[in-house]
Amino acid sequence: MEYKAKHTFGYNLTKFILYVLLTALAVLCLIPFLMMTVNATRTSFEIATGFTLIPGKALPDNWKTVFNYFNLFKGMWNSLKVALPATLLGAYFPALAAYALAFYKFKGNKTIFWVILIFMMIPGTLSLIGFYQLCAALKITNSYIPLTVPAIAASGTVFFLRQYIQASLSPALIEAARIDGASEIFSFHRIVIPIIFPAIATMSIMGFIGNWNSYMLPMIILSKPEKYTLPVMLVSLRSSTDITQNYGAIYLCIAISMIPIILVFITFSRYIISSVSQGAVKE
Amino acid sequence: MEKTTKIKHKRSKLTAYNNWGYVFVAPFVITFLIFSVYPVLRTLALSFTDLKIFKLNQSLHFIGFEQYVRVFESDNFRRALVNTVIVWGVNIITQLGLAFLLMMVFSDVKYRMKGLSVYRLIYYLPNLIAATSIALLFSNLLDKNYGTVNVMLKGWFPNYHLIDWLGTKWPARLSISFIQTWMWFGNSFLMLMAGVQGVSRDYLEAASIDGAGRWTIFGKITLPLIRPIMMYVAITSLIGGMQLFDMPYLMIADTSQTYKHVQTAMMYLYRYAFGQKTTQVAYASAVAYTLFLIILVVSVAQFLFFNRKED
Repeated sequence: MEYKAKHTFGYNLTKFILYVLLTALAVLCLIPFLMMTVNATRTSFEIATGFTLIPGKALPDNWKTVFNYFNLFKGMWNSLKVALPATLLGAYFPALAAYALAFYKFKGNKTIFWVILIFMMIPGTLSLIGFYQLCAALKITNSYIPLTVPAIAASGTVFFLRQYIQASLSPALIEAARIDGASEIFSFHRIVIPIIFPAIATMSIMGFIGNWNSYMLPMIILSKPEKYTLPVMLVSLRSSTDITQNYGAIYLCIAISMIPIILVFITFSRYIISSVSQGAVKE
Repeated sequence: MEKTTKIKHKRSKLTAYNNWGYVFVAPFVITFLIFSVYPVLRTLALSFTDLKIFKLNQSLHFIGFEQYVRVFESDNFRRALVNTVIVWGVNIITQLGLAFLLMMVFSDVKYRMKGLSVYRLIYYLPNLIAATSIALLFSNLLDKNYGTVNVMLKGWFPNYHLIDWLGTKWPARLSISFIQTWMWFGNSFLMLMAGVQGVSRDYLEAASIDGAGRWTIFGKITLPLIRPIMMYVAITSLIGGMQLFDMPYLMIADTSQTYKHVQTAMMYLYRYAFGQKTTQVAYASAVAYTLFLIILVVSVAQFLFFNRKED
């Protein structure tokens, strides 16, 4: 039995005002990006003297200034060379470890779990100095190893996937596969991974974005400009007088640097939103 | 006799299966020991030495708690800590406040607002962009002379006296706080909203049938149920906030007059750990551990605060 309640004028007015406020907030979220996009097409003089929403004509000039100084696409390629392996390593091996911890009974299982739990609470700050010295001693600074291989030790992912496996994987499945003669690693690839794939996928998208956006660690590890990832390269524009005197070119650099992540967001927004929400509920 | 051998056989087979656990966990454990455990312990060891500049194959000279005494006596560290608390504090109040208001609006049983899925996409967008890009964007938008913000204000109000947003103490601090809010309120909102949507509709309807008004429902049902999420958001934000680095580091040059008013604890640490000419590795290690202890104490305090019994 549904009936449409008659709403008073006050009710409708309040609702209208709420929508206006919500929309104003949305505009506030987007306006810096809008300013950036418009300014990327204008000259320094135009930028310093006024703002309009109408794009200017200086885009080709700004583009030339930017790419005469550095190749941002090279930075994107480098970022991809870091973010993709880090994401894959940071999904596969933690999933394997999580499966071991959730399913197999062996000595030290509990200990490993507790150590993981403790390390999840330790901020990255604590390891930074020791990590750098380790990389220097191993002579792997200026390579992508320190930015990718440690992803195997993603303790947060292990913790999360362990809980997920315990909740969603029935041991009977693995036992049945054993009777059929399946090897353990085969069972992991063909039974466990498909079952936990939704969890791996959401974690991987967020992991990829995190690795792609990371600034401090690549800045510390990489000192050769040809190795720079996109964020490190972007910051290096500050030492170019050609660009810093051309405000339009600066805005263009920033705008180009955002394109890949915005594409990722458009493609995977559903997973991203659900992953942020899940992160809260699991606690 | 036959039976026991069978059981034994079965048991040994199970152990054989379970031994695979070692194999599967090995890559993780080895990498974890090398790249997570060792660096943390190494930093701890360094904090008790007098090491200034790192060179390969050098022996460590232990001097006890001297570096920690220096940290506690340092006015500059205390100031960096105060800066961090101010920038983070303003941010967390506005960020959580805004997220909370939005959560109230979207979960209100009377107004039943629509469009949540579109609004939350837009609100969340700034959170995904690299802090480096955001920092460079706003340092240009907020520039005193050519920044679009001042240019627009001057256009609207000819008498407007140009504010040097990033070049004066409080405008710089507040700008960074509000940019942080701008980046993070969508994230907090999503988390709170997930908590509210976890509240069963049955509770709300039952309460409504029993004659509870929407404020009673909000205060007695919704609020207590999302308290764990508030705690989670507050603690993760604290851990992130105490390590605030990219944004202020990139927006305020160390030659700027405002540098000492926005230098966060993490910037202070970075300066001594990796800064050119200012490197003091052992001291920086002690700063790192001091920072960790502070985070730990405050997290525990927050945990107790949110879990306190209401009488």
